[in-house]
Parts: sequence; C-alpha cells; structure tokens
Amino acid sequence: MPERTMFTMGDIACAEGALSAGCRYFGGYPITPATEIAEWMAVRMPELSGAYVQYEDEIASITSVIGASWAGIKAMTATSGPGASLMMEAVGLAVMTETPIVIVNIMRGGPSTGQPTRGQQGDVLQAKWGSHGDYQIIALTPASVQEMFDLTVRAFNLSEKYRVPVFLLADEIVGHMREALVIPDEKSLKLVSRKMPKSEPSEYLPFKPDDDLVPPMALLGTKYQFYATGLTHDERGYPTDSDEVQIELVTRLNEKILRHIDEITEVERYFLDDAEIAIVAYGTPARSARRAVKDARAKGIKAGMLRLKTVWPFPEEPIAQLASDVKHIIVPEQNMGQVYYMVRAFAAPTPVHLMTKPAGTPQLPDEILRKIMEVHAK
Amino acid sequence: MVRYGVRIGGFGGQGIVTMAVVIGEASALFDKKYVVQTQSYGPEARGGASKSEIVISDEEVDYPKVLAPDVFVVMSRAAYLEYVHGLKENGILIIDSDLVKVETELPKGVKVYSIPATRIADQEVRSKQTANVVMMGAFAAITKAVSIEGLRHQMEERWPKFVKINHLALDLGIKAGEKALEAPS
Amino acid sequence: MTATAEQVTLKHPMAKYIREDRMPWIYCPGCSIGIVTGMITRAIDTLGIDFSKVVVVSGIGCSGRTSGYFKTGTFHTTHGRAIPFATGVKIANPDLELLVVAGDGDLAAIGGNHLIHACRRNIDMTVVCINNFNYGMTGGQFGPTTEHEKWTQTSPAPIGNIEHPFNLVKLAASSGATFVARWTAVQVRRATKSIEKGITKQGLSFIEIVGACPTAYGRMNRLGEGVDMHKHLLEVTDIQNGLPPHEAELDYARRIVCGEFVDIEKPEYTDVLKQMHAKVRK
Repeated sequence: MPERTMFTMGDIACAEGALSAGCRYFGGYPITPATEIAEWMAVRMPELSGAYVQYEDEIASITSVIGASWAGIKAMTATSGPGASLMMEAVGLAVMTETPIVIVNIMRGGPSTGQPTRGQQGDVLQAKWGSHGDYQIIALTPASVQEMFDLTVRAFNLSEKYRVPVFLLADEIVGHMREALVIPDEKSLKLVSRKMPKSEPSEYLPFKPDDDLVPPMALLGTKYQFYATGLTHDERGYPTDSDEVQIELVTRLNEKILRHIDEITEVERYFLDDAEIAIVAYGTPARSARRAVKDARAKGIKAGMLRLKTVWPFPEEPIAQLASDVKHIIVPEQNMGQVYYMVRAFAAPTPVHLMTKPAGTPQLPDEILRKIMEVHAK
Repeated sequence: MVRYGVRIGGFGGQGIVTMAVVIGEASALFDKKYVVQTQSYGPEARGGASKSEIVISDEEVDYPKVLAPDVFVVMSRAAYLEYVHGLKENGILIIDSDLVKVETELPKGVKVYSIPATRIADQEVRSKQTANVVMMGAFAAITKAVSIEGLRHQMEERWPKFVKINHLALDLGIKAGEKALEAPS
Repeated sequence: MTATAEQVTLKHPMAKYIREDRMPWIYCPGCSIGIVTGMITRAIDTLGIDFSKVVVVSGIGCSGRTSGYFKTGTFHTTHGRAIPFATGVKIANPDLELLVVAGDGDLAAIGGNHLIHACRRNIDMTVVCINNFNYGMTGGQFGPTTEHEKWTQTSPAPIGNIEHPFNLVKLAASSGATFVARWTAVQVRRATKSIEKGITKQGLSFIEIVGACPTAYGRMNRLGEGVDMHKHLLEVTDIQNGLPPHEAELDYARRIVCGEFVDIEKPEYTDVLKQMHAKVRK
C-alpha cells in the first residue's frame, strides 16, 4: 500500500505499525487504556487474513502469542498494568525459549486497578524485572503517535533479530492522544525476520547459537523436530540440572542483548551540545521537558534533553557520556522514580535530581522549568 | 499560529469527542497544522461531564494537553462548572445558550458567544444529533482556528451518507457564529 | 539359545516416534504415563499421519514431561498453559495436528480456565489428560481431582482432603468439547481408539485416562504397587459407551465409568475463522 496519512490515536498507530511489520496474529484481552489496539486489530486482522483472538485472560493471550510465533507468524499482544502483571510468567517463557514476540503495555495508574483511564509510567522496572530469574529484554518508549507506529515496527524487527520479547511501553496519554500519522509505503519499510536453520534436520541443534549468540529458529510442523522448554536446556533443547549449562545459557540469554546494546539503544539529543543541565526523560514527560528546555534557553540557562526511545537494555553509555558533559541531570518521571535509579547508577558522580509524579498528569512544562531554575541556582 | 488551545465540554453522548476529532483532522490533514487531540475518560459511557481538547500550532506540539485554553466551547452545565477554570484572559467562551448559563466569574476580557446549537439542530436541521456540527460551524466562524473547507472535507470523508444534513448544520452554525460575532453577549 | 545367532537388537515398534536419546525417562516404575505415551504413538501409527505435522504440547508436572519424549515439534510450556500455547499454534497454522498431553492438576487447576474456554471455542486439538489424582512431581499433594478425605502430603491423615473433586468428563462436556471419552490406563486398545477418534475429530477432543501414581498417591492411600493399582482399575471399570456425560461417575474405590460420552458436530474455530476471512474479502 502506498504512503497514507491519518489523524489517529497512538493505540491505533501501534496496531497499524504491527500490521505493517507483518504481524498477523493478535492474542488479547480487553483492558483500558489498551483496548483500542484490540478493537482495531479485530477490524483489520480479518482484512489481512490474520487472526484477532480474544482469550479468557492475559496469561492465555501472551502464551498463545508464543505459540503463534513458533508456528511462524509474527505475533503480539497488548495490555496495561494488571494484564502486564499476569503476563510476566510467559515473558519468562518467551525469554527462555527465545521466542520473538511483541508486548504492548499502555501504562495506566497503579498499583493494582489504580486509575484505568489515567496514565503513568509505573511499569518500566516491571518490564525488565517482572518475571523471575536473570534475563534481558528490550523495551521501547514512544512519545508521539508517529513513534507508536515507528517503534512498533522496530519492536518486531528487534524481537525477530534477537529472538527476544520486546515491550512497547507507552503511557496512557501517548496511547490515547490523536496526531497526524504517516504510514510509509510498505516497500520502503525495512523489515527483519528471524533466522531459519540451514543445517540438515538430523544435525539441527535448536539452541546452538551462531556467532551473534542467537540460534536459528525452526518452526513447529516442519521437517525439523525439536523440543523447546522453559526448563534449563542444552543446545539440543534437553533439560538438565547441570550448573555449567545453566551458567552458559543464562549468560548467553543476557549477552545476546547486551553485546548488541549500541545497535539496540536509541536516544534523541535535544540542545545538548553546550548544555550544563540535562533532562533525561521518555514518553509524555519528555514532551513537557522539550518545552521547559526551550523556555530555560530563553532565560539564558544552558539546558538540554536526552530523550530515551529505548529504556531496556538501559542506555548506559549515552548516560555516562551525558554525565561527563553536564553539571546536573534532572529525571522527570510519571512514577516514584524508576529509570532514575538506572540514570544515577551510570551518571555518578554527577548529581541526578528526581522529579516524581505518580499521576495521570505528567510534570507540566512549568514544573520542569522551575526545577531547572532551582538546579541552576545551586 | 503559535500554540492555540481549544477545550470542548459537554455531556457524554453529545459528540464532544467526535467534534474535537473532526476539528483535529481538518486542522492536521487539511490545514496542515501540527495538532494534538486528547480527551478525558470517565467510567460513564453516557452522561457525566465529557471533555476533549485540541492543541493547534504551526510548530511541533510539545506538551500534548491544553494548559490554559484560548477557547472553551461548552454544551452542558456540568461541563461548564467542571472545566471553565483556566480559561485565558481575553479568551473566548462559546456556550450552547439553552443549556449553559455563565454563572461564575470569568477571567478579564473573556468574550462570550451564545450559540443555541441544540435548538438549531433540533428545529432547523431537524436532527438533534447534529448539535455538535452546528457548534463546529460556530466555532470556525468565531475563532477562525480551523478552515471551513477542511471541516466540510473531513465530514464528507467521515459521514459520506450524511453529507447534506451535515452541510446544512455546519452552514447554520457558521451563520449563528457570524451573527454572534457581531454582537457578543 | 544357539551360540551362532547374530546379536539382534530388538526395537520397540513405536520407537520411531520417540527420542531414544532421551531414554531412560523420568517416570517411576508402575506409573501410567508410559502407557499413555504408547497409546498416543499407536494412534498416530494407525492413522498414518505425517508425524512432522503433529505438534505435542505439555504443561508442568510428570505428564508435562511427555512432550519432550516425542520425536516431532514439541513444546513444554509453563504450568497450565499448554492449551493456550497450542491454540496459538493451531490458529497460526491450522494444517498442524495439535496434541496436548497434561495432568489433572495442570489442566483442571492452574489451567482450568484455559480448558473450559478451549472447549467453548471448539478449537481443533486433542487433549489427553492423565488423571492420577494428585500432584506427583512435587511429591503428592491434593489437586482438583483428589477425592474427598483421601490422603496426600497437603491433606494428611487423619483428616484427609476436605475438598471435592471435579469430574473432568462432565466439565469438558458441559464446556462444549465435541468429543469426550474416559478410559483407564489398562484399556489400552479402547483408549488408543478414542485417541485416534479425537485426532480425527475436527474440534476439541478431551480424553481422560485414569492412571496410577504408586509412588505418591498410591503409597499415601495404601493402594499398593503399580501393578496392584492397575489391576484395581481393571476391576472397577464400568464401560458404558454413549452414556450421557453427566452420568459418567468416577468413584475410585468402586466404579469408574469409562467410554465415549460425547461425539457431536459443531463448527470448529479455525474453520469458522477461514470462512470469516472469505466473507471480509468479498
């Protein structure tokens, strides 16, 4: 389909991004504020001979998505906090079985049922540490309707390339606001698909990695027979209690992401060249921060912003570099401070100032401006 | 145009959000402005106070919600009481005059325009459902924040089966808006 | 025995379906899971279907390990989630034959919601439930099929289980499964036939195989060794093919009603999905 422009919601842009990325399976369960993704998929999937399947809960939704992926279909689910909590079990399964899937979390107020129709950024740490065990995932943080599309496409590409679950973490405002969306010509989109095995079926080792640490992925129902399990497994996929295999596997599952961190990480630099005070933000607070930076510059304060488009794996290097360039870092988050702790870990000894706001209304531009002025006066 | 904030309020079912979306579409896709439209959600699907906002600008919109509206269009008393706060000095207040009375003190210099949108929709268009379209016409005439051609174009796209009735409603709204401009209350 | 005879390696006729490099398997002597694995391979063999198009999915527990022994595309999911995983596979590629092998705890407790909804959707897969009345792998705790007052590690003597069991045949039938059968591990030929029918059936087939867990449940309830328990199953089996499912009682000590209870036609999920796609494209 040629390029087209719509004026639409972030949630719908996300669904369109998924479809453009080749997603043809959506397993979901209705939940505010992510329901619009499901509703859009319910209309669009049949048009493209894909499947919209509504499950009995979020556990079934995401597990079915893992199944669809192993049958060779790009698949996703979308949810919000309470559903994301239920999905954590299967996130671990997807990590352990190295299944490419995309999980969209339109973050709402928590804990628990919280504020369903109000946004928050309270699930950022959950996305990384919500399932048990040591692992790495990838999480992208869009701040506009266009990015809901673009980063969803990227989420699929990254999940296919690294065989890992990828989260799209958007706050409710980004999910529900409407802006112009340009859907590019499908031929101009760069799409990535997982590596398939080239070896003879009799020689295929389902979990033997290539040099990039990612094993080629055979599909269910093909000439390749294999066993995939959430248990610790060797290269054949067979379960084992061996320390050696456990260490090797867990290390590789982490390393296959961390080794490619530079390729995965995406940040936007805004007025940073001569900045003395830098904001580190993502999602809607980054939009407030952009305005605050402009206003601070108008007052002669050298402020800038590093906007994170990926939060996991954590962009260690850009933060460390930023910290050596500026005198102060301010982190406004729509939570009690989550990315803040990571920023602090890599910015030391540069002081990092947290602005908390666990509420539907993010930090307003003026609030961030006041913080910049306060820090500037130090 | 520098950042221009529009707030629209009413009760659920009046088409408040639709009105904001159509204005947003016309402004973004037809007038080629930078536009962000947002809305507040309550648990009620009908009734209650409903609010939708649009930010229109010549440059990229940073903070997506309206901080202090340049214009407040309001079609219910509950929405008036809930959302009138923050209206800018010298701002514009457009009320559905049969449903809303100005019963609070307004900021300095606010111009009030009374548009009997629901009555026009009911008696002249003969379709109460078009009250939001009447109001859109009045809004465009009074504020010039969105092009009338843009609104017409988007309505045709959105409701191809109701082109005639919507154009009638829009025209009557424009007329009412122009009339109100001559004599703000 | 003649000294001249060549060394002959005897191979199990069903070995071609099994990952022999994973033998010996984890099961205890006297466990029914091996028998059920044999039933499944024989059913596949009789039907003559392309085994590479068969996908075996399981959950957690002793029966959860079964998938790993089949020499085809197999997936070992988390506890209770075999059915949703299999559903995703089936919808993504309806040409595949989906087999879910799981235990009573996996299917009826932690995965109970998935079971009833899969029956309701009538998605084409064959669910073989090996019911041994307890959580065996964790050492024998009571589960959703443990009978009232029976002893387990978490329902110890003198009180026993204060809860009451599900009757899985009634559960599956009332949830909408289109083929429902129950056998014990000793009716191998009949059970294999039902598994064949289940695989052939376009819809959700639920086949309960009542089995023995001599190591945990049997020991705690003084039911004897594996052989004793299987002999008992033979004695109390009451074959009643075609009986209305709501009369398919299971009273371990006295009477286990076995047979095929449901075999009805209903539109299958992926078929309906295909028809819907055709409708949209028109």
